Amino acid sequence: MKAKRDDDIARMEPGENRYIKLKDRLTITWFLLPAIVLFLIFLVYPIVQSIYYSLFDWKGFGSAVDFVGLGNYIRILTDKIFLKAIGNNLIIVVLSMAIQLPIALILALMVGRKLRGRGFFRTVFFMPYILSEVITAIMWMFLYNADPDRGFINAIITLIPGVVARAWLGELNLVLLAIFVVLTWKYFGFHMLIYMAGLQNIPTEVEEAALIDGANRRQLITHVTLPLLGGTIRTSAYLSVLGSLQVFALVWIMTKGGPVNASELMSTYMYRYSFIRFELGYGSAVATVMLLIALIFSLAYRRILVKPDYLG
Amino acid sequence: MSADNRYRKIGYRRKLPVIIKYIILSIVLIIIMIPIVILIFGSVKTRGEFLTSPYTIPIPPRWENFIEVLKMNSFWRLLLNSFLVTIATTIGTVLICSLAAFAIARTKFRGKSFVFNFLTLGLMFPVTIAILPVYLAARKLALVDNLWGVILIHTAFQLSFGIVILNNYFKSIPSELQDASYIDGCSAFGFYWHILLRISRPALATVAAITAVFSWNDLMVPLVLLNSEDLWTLPLGTMQFQGQYGTDWAMVSAFVTLSAIPAVVLYLFIQRQLISGLTAGSIKG
Repeated sequence: MKAKRDDDIARMEPGENRYIKLKDRLTITWFLLPAIVLFLIFLVYPIVQSIYYSLFDWKGFGSAVDFVGLGNYIRILTDKIFLKAIGNNLIIVVLSMAIQLPIALILALMVGRKLRGRGFFRTVFFMPYILSEVITAIMWMFLYNADPDRGFINAIITLIPGVVARAWLGELNLVLLAIFVVLTWKYFGFHMLIYMAGLQNIPTEVEEAALIDGANRRQLITHVTLPLLGGTIRTSAYLSVLGSLQVFALVWIMTKGGPVNASELMSTYMYRYSFIRFELGYGSAVATVMLLIALIFSLAYRRILVKPDYLG
Repeated sequence: MSADNRYRKIGYRRKLPVIIKYIILSIVLIIIMIPIVILIFGSVKTRGEFLTSPYTIPIPPRWENFIEVLKMNSFWRLLLNSFLVTIATTIGTVLICSLAAFAIARTKFRGKSFVFNFLTLGLMFPVTIAILPVYLAARKLALVDNLWGVILIHTAFQLSFGIVILNNYFKSIPSELQDASYIDGCSAFGFYWHILLRISRPALATVAAITAVFSWNDLMVPLVLLNSEDLWTLPLGTMQFQGQYGTDWAMVSAFVTLSAIPAVVLYLFIQRQLISGLTAGSIKG
Protein backbone atom coordinates (compact mmCIF):
# COMPACT_ATOMS: atom_id res chain seq x y z
CA MET A 1 0.00 0.00 0.00
CA LYS A 2 2.79 2.36 0.87
CA ALA A 3 4.60 1.56 -2.35
CA LYS A 4 1.43 2.30 -4.21
CA ARG A 5 1.18 5.66 -2.52
CA ASP A 6 4.73 6.62 -3.35
CA ASP A 7 4.02 5.57 -6.85
CA ASP A 8 1.09 7.92 -7.01
CA ILE A 9 3.10 10.74 -5.63
CA ALA A 10 6.03 10.04 -7.89
CA ARG A 11 3.77 10.21 -10.89
CA MET A 12 2.73 13.72 -10.21
CA GLU A 13 4.58 16.30 -12.12
CA PRO A 14 6.46 18.92 -10.14
CA GLY A 15 4.02 21.66 -11.07
CA GLU A 16 1.24 19.66 -9.64
CA ASN A 17 2.31 20.55 -6.14
CA ARG A 18 1.20 24.03 -6.82
CA TYR A 19 -2.34 22.99 -7.54
CA ILE A 20 -4.51 24.03 -4.74
CA LYS A 21 -5.48 20.70 -3.38
CA LEU A 22 -9.04 19.70 -3.11
CA LYS A 23 -9.02 19.53 0.64
CA ASP A 24 -12.41 18.11 0.61
CA ARG A 25 -12.07 14.46 -0.09
CA LEU A 26 -15.77 14.43 -0.66
CA THR A 27 -15.49 16.63 -3.70
CA ILE A 28 -13.15 14.17 -5.36
CA THR A 29 -15.49 11.38 -4.50
CA TRP A 30 -18.38 13.21 -6.10
CA PHE A 31 -16.37 13.70 -9.28
CA LEU A 32 -15.43 10.06 -9.52
CA LEU A 33 -18.64 8.56 -8.24
CA PRO A 34 -20.77 8.49 -11.41
CA ALA A 35 -18.07 6.73 -13.42
CA ILE A 36 -17.27 4.25 -10.68
CA VAL A 37 -20.91 3.46 -9.99
CA LEU A 38 -21.70 2.85 -13.66
CA PHE A 39 -18.65 0.67 -13.92
CA LEU A 40 -19.55 -1.37 -10.89
CA ILE A 41 -23.12 -1.86 -12.07
CA PHE A 42 -22.49 -2.63 -15.71
CA LEU A 43 -19.06 -4.14 -15.78
CA VAL A 44 -17.85 -5.54 -12.50
CA TYR A 45 -21.09 -6.83 -11.05
CA PRO A 46 -22.28 -8.46 -14.31
CA ILE A 47 -18.99 -10.24 -14.84
CA VAL A 48 -18.83 -11.56 -11.31
CA GLN A 49 -22.44 -12.64 -11.52
CA SER A 50 -21.84 -14.39 -14.82
CA ILE A 51 -18.93 -16.32 -13.45
CA TYR A 52 -21.26 -17.51 -10.72
CA TYR A 53 -24.01 -18.49 -13.17
CA SER A 54 -21.54 -20.27 -15.38
CA LEU A 55 -21.33 -22.95 -12.71
CA PHE A 56 -25.00 -23.78 -13.07
CA ASP A 57 -27.30 -25.38 -15.55
CA TRP A 58 -29.71 -22.48 -15.69
CA LYS A 59 -32.46 -21.55 -18.13
CA GLY A 60 -32.88 -18.04 -16.84
CA PHE A 61 -36.02 -18.51 -14.78
CA GLY A 62 -36.04 -18.54 -11.02
CA SER A 63 -32.76 -18.81 -9.23
CA ALA A 64 -29.94 -20.98 -10.41
CA VAL A 65 -29.97 -24.21 -8.41
CA ASP A 66 -28.67 -26.88 -10.76
CA PHE A 67 -25.03 -26.73 -9.79
CA VAL A 68 -22.80 -28.37 -12.38
CA GLY A 69 -19.39 -27.13 -11.28
CA LEU A 70 -17.07 -26.82 -14.22
CA GLY A 71 -19.40 -28.90 -16.35
CA ASN A 72 -20.27 -26.03 -18.66
CA TYR A 73 -16.62 -25.28 -19.26
CA ILE A 74 -15.89 -28.89 -20.07
CA ARG A 75 -18.81 -28.86 -22.46
CA ILE A 76 -17.52 -25.71 -24.16
CA LEU A 77 -14.04 -27.01 -24.62
CA THR A 78 -15.29 -30.29 -26.04
CA ASP A 79 -17.92 -28.76 -28.27
CA LYS A 80 -16.70 -28.99 -31.86
CA ILE A 81 -18.81 -26.03 -32.89
CA PHE A 82 -17.26 -23.75 -30.30
CA LEU A 83 -13.79 -24.88 -31.31
CA LYS A 84 -14.81 -24.21 -34.89
CA ALA A 85 -15.92 -20.72 -33.83
CA ILE A 86 -12.56 -20.04 -32.17
CA GLY A 87 -10.89 -21.30 -35.33
CA ASN A 88 -12.99 -18.97 -37.47
CA ASN A 89 -12.14 -16.03 -35.22
CA LEU A 90 -8.48 -16.94 -35.59
CA ILE A 91 -8.80 -17.23 -39.36
CA ILE A 92 -10.25 -13.75 -39.48
CA VAL A 93 -7.45 -12.41 -37.32
CA VAL A 94 -4.81 -14.07 -39.49
CA LEU A 95 -6.41 -12.87 -42.71
CA SER A 96 -6.63 -9.35 -41.28
CA MET A 97 -2.94 -9.36 -40.41
CA ALA A 98 -1.95 -10.86 -43.73
CA ILE A 99 -4.21 -8.89 -46.04
CA GLN A 100 -6.26 -6.11 -44.51
CA LEU A 101 -3.55 -4.36 -42.50
CA PRO A 102 -0.93 -4.51 -45.28
CA ILE A 103 -3.45 -3.06 -47.74
CA ALA A 104 -4.18 -0.27 -45.28
CA LEU A 105 -0.47 0.34 -44.72
CA ILE A 106 0.40 0.38 -48.43
CA LEU A 107 -2.42 2.78 -49.18
CA ALA A 108 -1.39 5.02 -46.29
CA LEU A 109 2.19 5.10 -47.58
CA MET A 110 0.88 5.80 -51.03
CA VAL A 111 -1.22 8.71 -49.93
CA GLY A 112 1.72 9.80 -47.80
CA ARG A 113 1.95 13.29 -46.44
CA LYS A 114 1.24 15.51 -49.33
CA LEU A 115 -0.47 13.77 -52.18
CA ARG A 116 -3.09 16.07 -53.61
CA GLY A 117 -6.55 14.89 -52.78
CA ARG A 118 -5.27 13.17 -49.64
CA GLY A 119 -8.17 14.45 -47.58
CA PHE A 120 -10.69 13.37 -50.18
CA PHE A 121 -9.39 9.79 -50.33
CA ARG A 122 -9.31 9.63 -46.56
CA THR A 123 -12.89 10.81 -46.30
CA VAL A 124 -14.16 8.23 -48.77
CA PHE A 125 -12.04 5.31 -47.59
CA PHE A 126 -13.18 5.90 -44.06
CA MET A 127 -16.85 6.18 -44.96
CA PRO A 128 -17.71 2.47 -44.57
CA TYR A 129 -16.49 2.62 -40.99
CA ILE A 130 -19.31 4.90 -39.95
CA LEU A 131 -22.05 2.90 -41.63
CA SER A 132 -23.55 0.47 -39.16
CA GLU A 133 -22.86 -3.23 -39.44
CA VAL A 134 -26.55 -3.68 -40.14
CA ILE A 135 -26.46 -1.45 -43.18
CA THR A 136 -23.21 -3.02 -44.34
CA ALA A 137 -24.60 -6.51 -44.03
CA ILE A 138 -27.74 -5.75 -46.03
CA MET A 139 -25.77 -4.01 -48.77
CA TRP A 140 -23.46 -6.93 -49.19
CA MET A 141 -26.24 -9.48 -49.15
CA PHE A 142 -27.47 -7.79 -52.32
CA LEU A 143 -24.02 -7.96 -53.86
CA TYR A 144 -23.45 -11.58 -52.88
CA ASN A 145 -26.74 -12.88 -54.20
CA ALA A 146 -26.20 -16.27 -55.79
CA ASP A 147 -28.27 -15.45 -58.84
CA PRO A 148 -26.16 -13.59 -61.44
CA ASP A 149 -29.26 -11.73 -62.55
CA ARG A 150 -29.54 -10.24 -59.10
CA GLY A 151 -26.15 -10.29 -57.42
CA PHE A 152 -23.62 -7.83 -58.74
CA ILE A 153 -20.54 -9.88 -57.92
CA ASN A 154 -21.81 -12.93 -59.74
CA ALA A 155 -22.89 -10.75 -62.62
CA ILE A 156 -19.33 -9.45 -62.95
CA ILE A 157 -17.52 -12.74 -62.63
CA THR A 158 -19.81 -14.62 -64.97
CA LEU A 159 -18.78 -12.17 -67.67
CA ILE A 160 -15.54 -14.08 -67.73
CA PRO A 161 -16.07 -17.16 -69.90
CA GLY A 162 -16.04 -20.40 -67.98
CA VAL A 163 -16.62 -18.82 -64.58
CA VAL A 164 -19.83 -19.87 -62.90
CA ALA A 165 -21.87 -18.04 -60.32
CA ARG A 166 -21.24 -19.00 -56.71
CA ALA A 167 -23.42 -18.85 -53.65
CA TRP A 168 -20.93 -16.73 -51.75
CA LEU A 169 -22.77 -16.88 -48.47
CA GLY A 170 -24.08 -20.40 -48.95
CA GLU A 171 -20.98 -22.46 -49.63
CA LEU A 172 -19.06 -23.95 -46.76
CA ASN A 173 -15.64 -23.05 -48.02
CA LEU A 174 -16.49 -19.60 -49.35
CA VAL A 175 -18.59 -18.03 -46.66
CA LEU A 176 -15.83 -17.03 -44.26
CA LEU A 177 -13.83 -15.53 -47.08
CA ALA A 178 -16.89 -13.62 -48.25
CA ILE A 179 -17.36 -12.24 -44.76
CA PHE A 180 -13.72 -11.33 -44.52
CA VAL A 181 -14.06 -9.30 -47.73
CA VAL A 182 -16.88 -7.33 -46.14
CA LEU A 183 -14.87 -6.79 -42.97
CA THR A 184 -11.97 -5.52 -45.04
CA TRP A 185 -14.25 -3.21 -46.97
CA LYS A 186 -15.61 -1.82 -43.74
CA TYR A 187 -12.51 -1.57 -41.59
CA PHE A 188 -9.39 -1.06 -43.74
CA GLY A 189 -10.12 2.68 -43.81
CA PHE A 190 -9.90 2.80 -40.04
CA HIS A 191 -6.47 1.19 -40.05
CA MET A 192 -5.36 3.36 -42.91
CA LEU A 193 -6.37 6.37 -40.86
CA ILE A 194 -4.26 5.19 -37.96
CA TYR A 195 -1.26 4.64 -40.22
CA MET A 196 -1.69 8.03 -41.82
CA ALA A 197 -1.69 9.63 -38.40
CA GLY A 198 1.38 7.59 -37.48
CA LEU A 199 3.17 8.74 -40.63
CA GLN A 200 2.28 12.31 -39.84
CA ASN A 201 4.08 11.89 -36.55
CA ILE A 202 7.38 10.84 -38.07
CA PRO A 203 9.51 13.92 -38.40
CA THR A 204 10.47 14.54 -42.02
CA GLU A 205 14.02 15.34 -40.89
CA VAL A 206 14.61 11.68 -40.10
CA GLU A 207 13.68 10.60 -43.58
CA GLU A 208 15.62 13.43 -45.13
CA ALA A 209 18.69 12.41 -43.16
CA ALA A 210 18.37 8.86 -44.46
CA LEU A 211 18.10 10.11 -48.00
CA ILE A 212 21.18 12.27 -47.57
CA ASP A 213 23.01 9.23 -46.29
CA GLY A 214 22.22 7.60 -49.61
CA ALA A 215 19.23 5.43 -48.79
CA ASN A 216 16.99 4.69 -51.74
CA ARG A 217 13.25 4.73 -51.60
CA ARG A 218 12.85 1.09 -50.68
CA GLN A 219 15.52 1.25 -47.99
CA LEU A 220 13.91 4.37 -46.68
CA ILE A 221 10.63 2.56 -46.18
CA THR A 222 11.97 -0.71 -44.81
CA HIS A 223 14.71 0.71 -42.60
CA VAL A 224 13.32 4.04 -41.51
CA THR A 225 9.62 4.52 -42.02
CA LEU A 226 8.36 1.09 -41.03
CA PRO A 227 10.46 0.76 -37.86
CA LEU A 228 9.33 4.20 -36.80
CA LEU A 229 5.76 3.13 -37.44
CA GLY A 230 6.30 0.06 -35.26
CA GLY A 231 4.16 1.24 -32.37
CA THR A 232 1.37 2.28 -34.67
CA ILE A 233 1.39 -1.06 -36.45
CA ARG A 234 1.27 -2.93 -33.16
CA THR A 235 -1.63 -0.83 -31.95
CA SER A 236 -3.51 -1.40 -35.17
CA ALA A 237 -2.91 -5.14 -34.90
CA TYR A 238 -4.14 -5.08 -31.32
CA LEU A 239 -7.30 -3.22 -32.26
CA SER A 240 -7.80 -5.64 -35.13
CA VAL A 241 -7.72 -8.66 -32.81
CA LEU A 242 -10.03 -7.03 -30.30
CA GLY A 243 -12.24 -6.01 -33.20
CA SER A 244 -12.53 -9.56 -34.47
CA LEU A 245 -13.93 -10.62 -31.11
CA GLN A 246 -16.61 -7.97 -31.53
CA VAL A 247 -17.85 -8.83 -34.99
CA PHE A 248 -21.44 -9.86 -34.55
CA ALA A 249 -24.17 -8.00 -36.40
CA LEU A 250 -22.50 -8.43 -39.76
CA VAL A 251 -22.34 -12.20 -39.51
CA TRP A 252 -25.61 -12.62 -37.68
CA ILE A 253 -27.55 -10.79 -40.37
CA MET A 254 -25.76 -12.27 -43.37
CA THR A 255 -25.47 -15.93 -42.35
CA LYS A 256 -26.50 -16.48 -38.72
CA GLY A 257 -23.21 -18.34 -38.46
CA GLY A 258 -24.18 -20.79 -41.17
CA PRO A 259 -24.27 -22.68 -43.38
CA VAL A 260 -23.68 -25.55 -40.97
CA ASN A 261 -21.66 -23.32 -38.63
CA ALA A 262 -19.16 -22.55 -41.38
CA SER A 263 -19.14 -18.87 -40.40
CA GLU A 264 -19.76 -19.35 -36.69
CA LEU A 265 -17.84 -16.91 -34.53
CA MET A 266 -17.55 -16.89 -30.77
CA SER A 267 -19.95 -13.95 -30.62
CA THR A 268 -22.66 -15.66 -32.70
CA TYR A 269 -22.20 -18.87 -30.75
CA MET A 270 -22.58 -17.02 -27.46
CA TYR A 271 -25.61 -15.15 -28.75
CA ARG A 272 -27.31 -18.31 -29.97
CA TYR A 273 -26.95 -20.17 -26.70
CA SER A 274 -27.83 -17.16 -24.58
CA PHE A 275 -30.63 -15.45 -26.43
CA ILE A 276 -32.10 -18.05 -28.76
CA ARG A 277 -31.83 -21.22 -26.71
CA PHE A 278 -31.82 -19.38 -23.40
CA GLU A 279 -29.24 -21.67 -21.87
CA LEU A 280 -28.06 -18.85 -19.69
CA GLY A 281 -25.77 -20.92 -17.49
CA TYR A 282 -23.95 -22.27 -20.49
CA GLY A 283 -24.05 -18.87 -22.20
CA SER A 284 -22.46 -17.33 -19.10
CA ALA A 285 -19.66 -19.85 -19.31
CA VAL A 286 -19.13 -18.98 -22.97
CA ALA A 287 -19.11 -15.27 -22.10
CA THR A 288 -16.61 -15.93 -19.33
CA VAL A 289 -14.33 -17.76 -21.74
CA MET A 290 -14.54 -14.88 -24.21
CA LEU A 291 -13.82 -12.33 -21.51
CA LEU A 292 -10.84 -14.39 -20.40
CA ILE A 293 -9.53 -14.51 -23.95
CA ALA A 294 -9.88 -10.72 -24.25
CA LEU A 295 -8.24 -10.20 -20.87
CA ILE A 296 -5.33 -12.55 -21.48
CA PHE A 297 -4.73 -11.08 -24.89
CA SER A 298 -4.78 -7.51 -23.60
CA LEU A 299 -2.51 -8.30 -20.68
CA ALA A 300 -0.11 -10.23 -22.86
CA TYR A 301 -0.04 -7.40 -25.33
CA ARG A 302 0.74 -4.88 -22.64
CA ARG A 303 3.20 -6.95 -20.69
CA ILE A 304 5.11 -8.70 -23.41
CA LEU A 305 4.98 -6.56 -26.47
CA VAL A 306 4.93 -2.98 -25.38
CA LYS A 307 4.20 -0.50 -22.75
CA PRO A 308 0.58 0.51 -22.99
CA ASP A 309 0.57 2.75 -26.04
CA TYR A 310 -3.07 3.13 -25.77
CA LEU A 311 -3.00 4.61 -22.32
CA GLY A 312 -0.55 7.29 -23.35
CA MET B 1 17.19 23.97 -47.60
CA SER B 2 19.46 21.97 -49.84
CA ALA B 3 18.52 18.84 -47.96
CA ASP B 4 14.94 19.57 -48.74
CA ASN B 5 15.66 19.89 -52.44
CA ARG B 6 17.63 16.72 -52.54
CA TYR B 7 14.86 14.89 -50.72
CA ARG B 8 12.38 16.13 -53.19
CA LYS B 9 14.48 15.24 -56.20
CA ILE B 10 15.27 11.71 -55.10
CA GLY B 11 11.78 11.29 -53.82
CA TYR B 12 10.24 12.03 -57.14
CA ARG B 13 12.65 10.04 -59.22
CA ARG B 14 12.41 6.87 -57.18
CA LYS B 15 8.80 7.06 -56.14
CA LEU B 16 5.99 5.44 -58.01
CA PRO B 17 4.92 7.90 -60.63
CA VAL B 18 2.12 9.91 -59.15
CA ILE B 19 -0.23 8.88 -61.91
CA ILE B 20 0.01 5.21 -60.91
CA LYS B 21 -0.81 6.15 -57.34
CA TYR B 22 -3.91 7.90 -58.50
CA ILE B 23 -4.94 4.93 -60.62
CA ILE B 24 -4.58 2.52 -57.70
CA LEU B 25 -6.34 4.86 -55.30
CA SER B 26 -9.15 5.36 -57.79
CA ILE B 27 -9.65 1.61 -58.14
CA VAL B 28 -9.91 1.31 -54.37
CA LEU B 29 -12.27 4.25 -54.39
CA ILE B 30 -14.52 2.50 -56.90
CA ILE B 31 -14.52 -0.71 -54.88
CA ILE B 32 -15.50 1.25 -51.79
CA MET B 33 -18.29 3.03 -53.61
CA ILE B 34 -19.82 0.08 -55.49
CA PRO B 35 -21.95 -1.31 -52.64
CA ILE B 36 -23.13 2.15 -51.69
CA VAL B 37 -23.96 3.16 -55.25
CA ILE B 38 -25.79 -0.06 -56.00
CA LEU B 39 -27.82 0.37 -52.85
CA ILE B 40 -28.81 3.89 -53.85
CA PHE B 41 -29.57 2.84 -57.43
CA GLY B 42 -31.77 0.04 -56.15
CA SER B 43 -33.65 2.35 -53.85
CA VAL B 44 -34.96 4.49 -56.70
CA LYS B 45 -36.33 1.62 -58.76
CA THR B 46 -39.70 0.00 -58.75
CA ARG B 47 -39.89 -3.53 -57.54
CA GLY B 48 -40.24 -4.76 -61.11
CA GLU B 49 -37.22 -2.81 -62.30
CA PHE B 50 -35.22 -4.15 -59.43
CA LEU B 51 -36.02 -7.69 -60.46
CA THR B 52 -35.21 -7.22 -64.12
CA SER B 53 -32.16 -4.98 -63.81
CA PRO B 54 -30.99 -4.67 -60.23
CA TYR B 55 -27.72 -2.83 -60.77
CA THR B 56 -28.18 -0.55 -63.72
CA ILE B 57 -28.45 3.21 -63.50
CA PRO B 58 -32.03 4.06 -62.63
CA ILE B 59 -33.48 6.27 -65.35
CA PRO B 60 -35.82 7.79 -64.53
CA PRO B 61 -35.43 7.59 -60.75
CA ARG B 62 -38.56 6.53 -58.91
CA TRP B 63 -39.03 8.16 -55.57
CA GLU B 64 -42.03 6.06 -54.56
CA ASN B 65 -40.02 3.81 -52.26
CA PHE B 66 -38.63 6.75 -50.36
CA ILE B 67 -42.03 8.32 -50.07
CA GLU B 68 -43.50 5.09 -48.80
CA VAL B 69 -40.80 4.66 -46.18
CA LEU B 70 -41.14 8.27 -45.10
CA LYS B 71 -44.85 7.72 -44.68
CA MET B 72 -44.30 4.91 -42.22
CA ASN B 73 -44.79 5.97 -38.64
CA SER B 74 -42.46 3.21 -37.59
CA PHE B 75 -39.58 4.77 -39.50
CA TRP B 76 -39.92 8.08 -37.68
CA ARG B 77 -40.30 6.25 -34.42
CA LEU B 78 -37.00 4.42 -35.02
CA LEU B 79 -35.32 7.66 -35.94
CA LEU B 80 -36.59 9.37 -32.82
CA ASN B 81 -35.53 6.52 -30.55
CA SER B 82 -32.08 6.44 -32.09
CA PHE B 83 -31.74 10.18 -31.62
CA LEU B 84 -32.84 9.95 -28.00
CA VAL B 85 -30.43 7.15 -27.21
CA THR B 86 -27.52 8.74 -29.05
CA ILE B 87 -27.99 12.20 -27.59
CA ALA B 88 -28.48 11.00 -24.04
CA THR B 89 -25.53 8.61 -24.29
CA THR B 90 -23.30 11.32 -25.71
CA ILE B 91 -24.18 13.91 -23.09
CA GLY B 92 -23.90 11.37 -20.30
CA THR B 93 -20.57 10.06 -21.49
CA VAL B 94 -19.00 13.47 -21.95
CA LEU B 95 -20.22 14.64 -18.57
CA ILE B 96 -19.26 11.59 -16.55
CA CYS B 97 -15.92 11.16 -18.32
CA SER B 98 -14.97 14.78 -17.87
CA LEU B 99 -15.81 14.71 -14.17
CA ALA B 100 -13.74 11.59 -13.61
CA ALA B 101 -10.90 12.74 -15.84
CA PHE B 102 -10.81 16.06 -13.98
CA ALA B 103 -10.41 14.29 -10.66
CA ILE B 104 -7.72 12.04 -12.07
CA ALA B 105 -5.78 14.62 -14.05
CA ARG B 106 -6.08 17.68 -11.86
CA THR B 107 -6.34 16.64 -8.24
CA LYS B 108 -4.32 14.59 -5.83
CA PHE B 109 -5.63 11.71 -3.87
CA ARG B 110 -4.51 8.41 -2.59
CA GLY B 111 -5.04 5.42 -4.84
CA LYS B 112 -5.23 7.54 -7.94
CA SER B 113 -3.41 5.10 -10.19
CA PHE B 114 -5.63 2.29 -8.97
CA VAL B 115 -8.74 4.28 -9.79
CA PHE B 116 -7.37 5.14 -13.22
CA ASN B 117 -6.50 1.54 -14.00
CA PHE B 118 -9.89 0.42 -12.79
CA LEU B 119 -11.71 2.94 -14.94
CA THR B 120 -9.80 1.93 -18.03
CA LEU B 121 -10.68 -1.75 -17.67
CA GLY B 122 -13.43 -1.18 -20.18
CA LEU B 123 -10.87 -0.88 -22.96
CA MET B 124 -10.39 -4.61 -22.72
CA PHE B 125 -14.04 -5.60 -22.62
CA PRO B 126 -16.11 -4.48 -25.56
CA VAL B 127 -19.84 -4.65 -24.97
CA THR B 128 -20.33 -7.40 -27.54
CA ILE B 129 -18.27 -9.80 -25.47
CA ALA B 130 -19.91 -8.85 -22.21
CA ILE B 131 -23.44 -8.68 -23.53
CA LEU B 132 -24.90 -11.63 -21.66
CA PRO B 133 -23.56 -10.61 -18.25
CA VAL B 134 -24.74 -7.07 -18.92
CA TYR B 135 -28.17 -8.28 -20.00
CA LEU B 136 -28.57 -10.34 -16.84
CA ALA B 137 -27.66 -7.35 -14.71
CA ALA B 138 -30.04 -5.10 -16.64
CA ARG B 139 -32.82 -7.63 -16.12
CA LYS B 140 -32.32 -7.51 -12.38
CA LEU B 141 -32.44 -3.74 -12.44
CA ALA B 142 -35.65 -3.73 -14.51
CA LEU B 143 -33.87 -1.99 -17.35
CA VAL B 144 -35.01 -4.46 -19.97
CA ASP B 145 -37.33 -3.03 -22.62
CA ASN B 146 -36.39 0.43 -21.53
CA LEU B 147 -34.40 3.02 -23.46
CA TRP B 148 -32.64 4.03 -20.25
CA GLY B 149 -31.13 0.58 -20.15
CA VAL B 150 -29.61 1.08 -23.60
CA ILE B 151 -28.41 4.56 -22.70
CA LEU B 152 -26.79 3.52 -19.43
CA ILE B 153 -25.08 0.50 -20.95
CA HIS B 154 -23.81 2.46 -23.93
CA THR B 155 -22.50 5.10 -21.55
CA ALA B 156 -20.83 2.61 -19.25
CA PHE B 157 -18.97 0.99 -22.13
CA GLN B 158 -17.74 4.28 -23.57
CA LEU B 159 -16.36 5.56 -20.26
CA SER B 160 -12.87 4.10 -20.41
CA PHE B 161 -12.15 5.46 -23.81
CA GLY B 162 -13.43 8.92 -22.96
CA ILE B 163 -11.56 9.06 -19.68
CA VAL B 164 -8.28 8.17 -21.38
CA ILE B 165 -8.67 10.88 -24.00
CA LEU B 166 -9.82 13.57 -21.57
CA ASN B 167 -7.22 12.66 -18.98
CA ASN B 168 -4.46 13.23 -21.53
CA TYR B 169 -5.96 16.52 -22.59
CA PHE B 170 -6.64 17.84 -19.10
CA LYS B 171 -3.10 17.06 -18.05
CA SER B 172 -1.77 19.35 -20.75
CA ILE B 173 -3.60 22.38 -19.41
CA PRO B 174 -1.26 24.72 -17.51
CA SER B 175 -1.67 24.59 -13.76
CA GLU B 176 -1.45 28.39 -13.49
CA LEU B 177 -4.94 28.57 -14.84
CA GLN B 178 -6.24 26.41 -12.06
CA ASP B 179 -4.27 28.27 -9.41
CA ALA B 180 -5.53 31.60 -10.66
CA SER B 181 -9.12 30.51 -10.67
CA TYR B 182 -8.84 29.19 -7.12
CA ILE B 183 -7.27 32.43 -6.00
CA ASP B 184 -10.18 34.24 -7.60
CA GLY B 185 -12.42 32.21 -5.37
CA CYS B 186 -13.49 29.48 -7.74
CA SER B 187 -14.38 26.15 -6.21
CA ALA B 188 -13.10 22.93 -7.75
CA PHE B 189 -16.43 22.41 -9.39
CA GLY B 190 -16.46 26.03 -10.50
CA PHE B 191 -13.11 25.60 -12.20
CA TYR B 192 -14.28 22.40 -13.85
CA TRP B 193 -17.58 23.82 -15.01
CA HIS B 194 -16.69 27.36 -16.01
CA ILE B 195 -13.13 27.02 -17.21
CA LEU B 196 -11.99 23.46 -17.86
CA LEU B 197 -15.00 22.43 -19.90
CA ARG B 198 -14.77 25.59 -21.95
CA ILE B 199 -11.13 25.34 -22.88
CA SER B 200 -11.35 21.60 -23.51
CA ARG B 201 -13.93 21.79 -26.24
CA PRO B 202 -11.85 20.03 -28.91
CA ALA B 203 -11.27 17.02 -26.67
CA LEU B 204 -14.88 16.96 -25.52
CA ALA B 205 -16.02 17.10 -29.13
CA THR B 206 -13.78 14.17 -29.93
CA VAL B 207 -15.24 12.06 -27.16
CA ALA B 208 -18.73 13.12 -28.19
CA ALA B 209 -18.12 12.21 -31.82
CA ILE B 210 -16.85 8.73 -31.08
CA THR B 211 -19.60 8.06 -28.57
CA ALA B 212 -22.28 9.26 -30.94
CA VAL B 213 -21.12 7.02 -33.78
CA PHE B 214 -20.89 4.01 -31.48
CA SER B 215 -24.29 4.57 -29.93
CA TRP B 216 -26.00 5.34 -33.22
CA ASN B 217 -24.72 2.20 -34.92
CA ASP B 218 -24.83 -0.35 -32.14
CA LEU B 219 -27.15 -3.27 -32.71
CA MET B 220 -26.21 -5.60 -29.88
CA VAL B 221 -27.55 -3.72 -26.86
CA PRO B 222 -30.93 -2.76 -28.39
CA LEU B 223 -31.26 -6.26 -29.82
CA VAL B 224 -31.04 -8.02 -26.48
CA LEU B 225 -32.70 -5.33 -24.39
CA LEU B 226 -35.66 -4.02 -26.37
CA ASN B 227 -38.70 -6.17 -27.03
CA SER B 228 -41.38 -3.62 -27.84
CA GLU B 229 -41.34 -2.34 -31.36
CA ASP B 230 -42.06 1.16 -30.09
CA LEU B 231 -38.64 1.32 -28.51
CA TRP B 232 -36.52 -0.07 -31.31
CA THR B 233 -33.60 1.95 -32.60
CA LEU B 234 -32.66 2.39 -36.22
CA PRO B 235 -30.17 -0.49 -36.59
CA LEU B 236 -32.57 -2.90 -34.91
CA GLY B 237 -35.54 -1.64 -36.91
CA THR B 238 -33.56 -1.83 -40.14
CA MET B 239 -32.61 -5.42 -39.44
CA GLN B 240 -36.22 -6.34 -38.68
CA PHE B 241 -37.46 -4.50 -41.74
CA GLN B 242 -35.06 -6.43 -43.92
CA GLY B 243 -36.29 -9.66 -42.36
CA GLN B 244 -39.89 -8.73 -42.96
CA TYR B 245 -39.70 -7.21 -46.45
CA GLY B 246 -36.70 -9.26 -47.52
CA THR B 247 -38.15 -10.01 -50.95
CA ASP B 248 -38.97 -6.43 -51.81
CA TRP B 249 -35.41 -5.38 -52.40
CA ALA B 250 -36.20 -1.97 -53.78
CA MET B 251 -38.08 -1.09 -50.63
CA VAL B 252 -35.39 -2.50 -48.38
CA SER B 253 -32.80 -0.46 -50.31
CA ALA B 254 -34.80 2.71 -49.80
CA PHE B 255 -35.16 1.98 -46.09
CA VAL B 256 -31.47 1.25 -45.67
CA THR B 257 -30.47 4.32 -47.67
CA LEU B 258 -32.65 6.56 -45.55
CA SER B 259 -31.38 5.02 -42.36
CA ALA B 260 -27.80 5.64 -43.48
CA ILE B 261 -28.31 9.33 -44.19
CA PRO B 262 -28.11 10.62 -40.61
CA ALA B 263 -24.84 8.78 -40.02
CA VAL B 264 -23.30 10.06 -43.23
CA VAL B 265 -24.38 13.64 -42.55
CA LEU B 266 -23.09 13.39 -39.00
CA TYR B 267 -19.82 11.99 -40.32
CA LEU B 268 -19.29 14.89 -42.69
CA PHE B 269 -19.78 17.31 -39.81
CA ILE B 270 -17.69 15.61 -37.16
CA GLN B 271 -15.06 14.05 -39.34
CA ARG B 272 -12.19 15.94 -37.82
CA GLN B 273 -13.15 15.18 -34.23
CA LEU B 274 -13.76 11.57 -35.07
CA ILE B 275 -10.42 11.15 -36.75
CA SER B 276 -8.45 12.88 -34.04
CA GLY B 277 -10.15 10.72 -31.43
CA LEU B 278 -9.64 7.45 -33.21
CA THR B 279 -6.00 8.14 -33.85
CA ALA B 280 -5.24 9.80 -30.50
CA GLY B 281 -4.31 6.64 -28.69
CA SER B 282 -2.57 4.88 -31.48
CA ILE B 283 0.23 7.05 -32.77
CA LYS B 284 2.56 6.88 -29.83
CA GLY B 285 5.84 4.98 -29.93
